Amino acid sequence: MTRPNRFWAWLVFIVGAAYFIVPLVATFEFSLRMRRGVHSFDAYASVFADPRFHETFGYSVMIGVFTIILGIVVVVPAVYYVRLRLPWLKPFMEFVTLLPLIIPALVLVYGYIRLYNSSSLIPFTSSAIGTDILLTCAYVTLALPYMYRAVDTGMRTIDIRTLTQAAQLMDASTLTIIARAVFPNIIVAILSGAFLTFAIVIGEFTIASLLNRPAFGPYLVGIGTNRAYEPAALAIIAFIITWGAMGMIQLLARFAPRTAARTD
Amino acid sequence: MSSKDMASTRTNKGGPERSGPSRLARLFQPEMLAVLPFIIFAVMFLMLPTIYLATTAFTDRQGNFTFDNIIGLGAPQIVSAYDVSIRISLTSAAIGAVLGLAITLAIIRGRLPEGLRSAVMTFSGVASNFAGVPLAFAFIATLGRLGLITIVLKTLFGFDIYRAGFNLFSFWGLTITYLYFQIPLMILIIAPAVDGLKKEWNEAAQMLGASRWQFWRYIGMPVLWPSVLGTLSLLFANSFGAIATAWALTGSNLNIVTVLLYNQIRGDALQNPGLGAALAIGMVLITSFANVIYLVVNARTERWRR
Repeated sequence: MTRPNRFWAWLVFIVGAAYFIVPLVATFEFSLRMRRGVHSFDAYASVFADPRFHETFGYSVMIGVFTIILGIVVVVPAVYYVRLRLPWLKPFMEFVTLLPLIIPALVLVYGYIRLYNSSSLIPFTSSAIGTDILLTCAYVTLALPYMYRAVDTGMRTIDIRTLTQAAQLMDASTLTIIARAVFPNIIVAILSGAFLTFAIVIGEFTIASLLNRPAFGPYLVGIGTNRAYEPAALAIIAFIITWGAMGMIQLLARFAPRTAARTD
Repeated sequence: MSSKDMASTRTNKGGPERSGPSRLARLFQPEMLAVLPFIIFAVMFLMLPTIYLATTAFTDRQGNFTFDNIIGLGAPQIVSAYDVSIRISLTSAAIGAVLGLAITLAIIRGRLPEGLRSAVMTFSGVASNFAGVPLAFAFIATLGRLGLITIVLKTLFGFDIYRAGFNLFSFWGLTITYLYFQIPLMILIIAPAVDGLKKEWNEAAQMLGASRWQFWRYIGMPVLWPSVLGTLSLLFANSFGAIATAWALTGSNLNIVTVLLYNQIRGDALQNPGLGAALAIGMVLITSFANVIYLVVNARTERWRR
C-alpha cells in the first residue's frame, strides 16, 4: 500500500513543481536575451536606467506606506475595542471585511469615480492630491480583509483582556494602554498585515490606471506594450519583491509573542 | 446577541465599571470613536459606491426609474462577455481546485520528505500574490510566440504549438495563466482541511478491510468535499473579478466582462452610464452568489470539525 501512494505523490509534486518553476526559469532566461547572441543583464540595466521606473516605483512605495499607516489607524483600534467592549459589532466587522472579496475592485473604483467626481459633495478627483488620497483609501479598502485577519489573529493569540486589565490596575490611560501595552504585543501581526498590503499595492494596476495616477502598475503595462525584454526583467523584479514581502511575514512569525489566555 | 451583551458586562464588572456611571460614560465615548474610522470607511468606500451603482442601474438619463439598463444587459456583446468570463472562471477554478487538492494530498499524506511541505506552503503564499501584470509578462516569456517553451518545443521536437491552434491570448491561454495563482490559493485554503483527515480514520478503515478506493469514497471525500466546494466558489470569484492579468496579456482583444467594464469606465464604451452600472451590479451579483455558496458550505464544515 505504501509504494504506489508515494509514487503518485512524487509524480503530482514534480508535475506541479514544473508548472510553477518553468515560467520563472523561462522569464529569467527571456530577460537575459536582450543582447544578441549572448546572455546579459542589459534588460535590467535598461529598466534601472529608466527615470520613469524610479518615479512610478517611488510613487507606489509612497502610496503603499500611507496605505499601511491608514490601514493600521482604521483597523487596530476597531478590532481592539470590538474584542474588548463591543462584541456585538463583531458580525458587522466580519461582514464588512468580507465585502472587498465579493465586490471586484473594478466595480468599487467605478463607484468612486461616479460618486466622488469634481462636481460631487466630496470631490476627491478634482485635484491630484485628492486623487492620491482616494487611491490610498481604495487600497486600504482592498487590503482590509488581510489587515483585519492579521490583527484579529494577533489579538487572539495574546490575551488582550488580561493585558488591558493589568494596565488599568496601574492607572494607565487608554492611550497609554494601546500605545505601550497592546501595540508592542501585536506589532508582529500588524507588520504581517503591512507586508501583505505592500505586496498587493505595489503592482496594482486597475484602480491606479482608472484614477490616472502615475503608479508602478500602469507603468508596467506601458512597458509591456512598448518593449520586448524589459517586461521579463520587471516580472522577475516583481517576483523578488513579492517573495521579499512574504519572506518577511514568515520571518516575523518566528518572533510573534504568544501568551496563553489565562482564565484562572 | 443578548447573551453576548451580558457576557461583556460581566467581564467589565471587575474593571472600570466599579467606579460609577460617570467613569463608564467617559469610557463609552472613546470606544465608539475608535470604531468610527472603520465604520466611516465601510460606508464611504464599500457601501455607498455599491448602493450608488445599484441605483444608477435602475435610472435612465433623465433620472427616472427604469428597467431598460437591466434589459440592455441582454445585448449579444454583453451576454458573450459574461459567458466567456464565467467559463474562464469556472474552468480555472475547477482545474485549480483539482490540481491544488492533488498537490496538497501529495505533500501532506504522500509521505514525502518533511521539508517539502513548508517549502510548498511558502511558495504558495508568494505565488498566490504573484498576480496581475508581472504574471502576464512571465507567461508571455514562457508560452508567447517567442517564449521559452514555444521555442524549445519547436526546435527540439518540431512541434509548433501556435500552428497546432494554441494562442496565449485566448480562453485557454488565460486559463493556464490564472492557474498560477488559483492552484496556490487552493493549496493554502484546503491544507487545514486535509490536515483534519485523521490518520486514525485511515488505520480504522484499513483494519476493517476497506480498500484505498473505499476509504476515499466513503470517508476522505465526504469529509473534504464541503471545503473543496467552498474553496471552489472562492476561486471562482477570485478570477471573475480579475482584470490586470487579462488586460496586460490580451489588451482589449478578449471580450470578458471585466475588460468590457474597464473600457466603459475609461471612455463610456457602451455609451450609456446606466448600462455600465448594470454591468457592474451584474458582476457583484455573480460574485456574491459564489460567496454565499462559500459561506453556507463553510458554516456546515465548521460544525463538522468540532
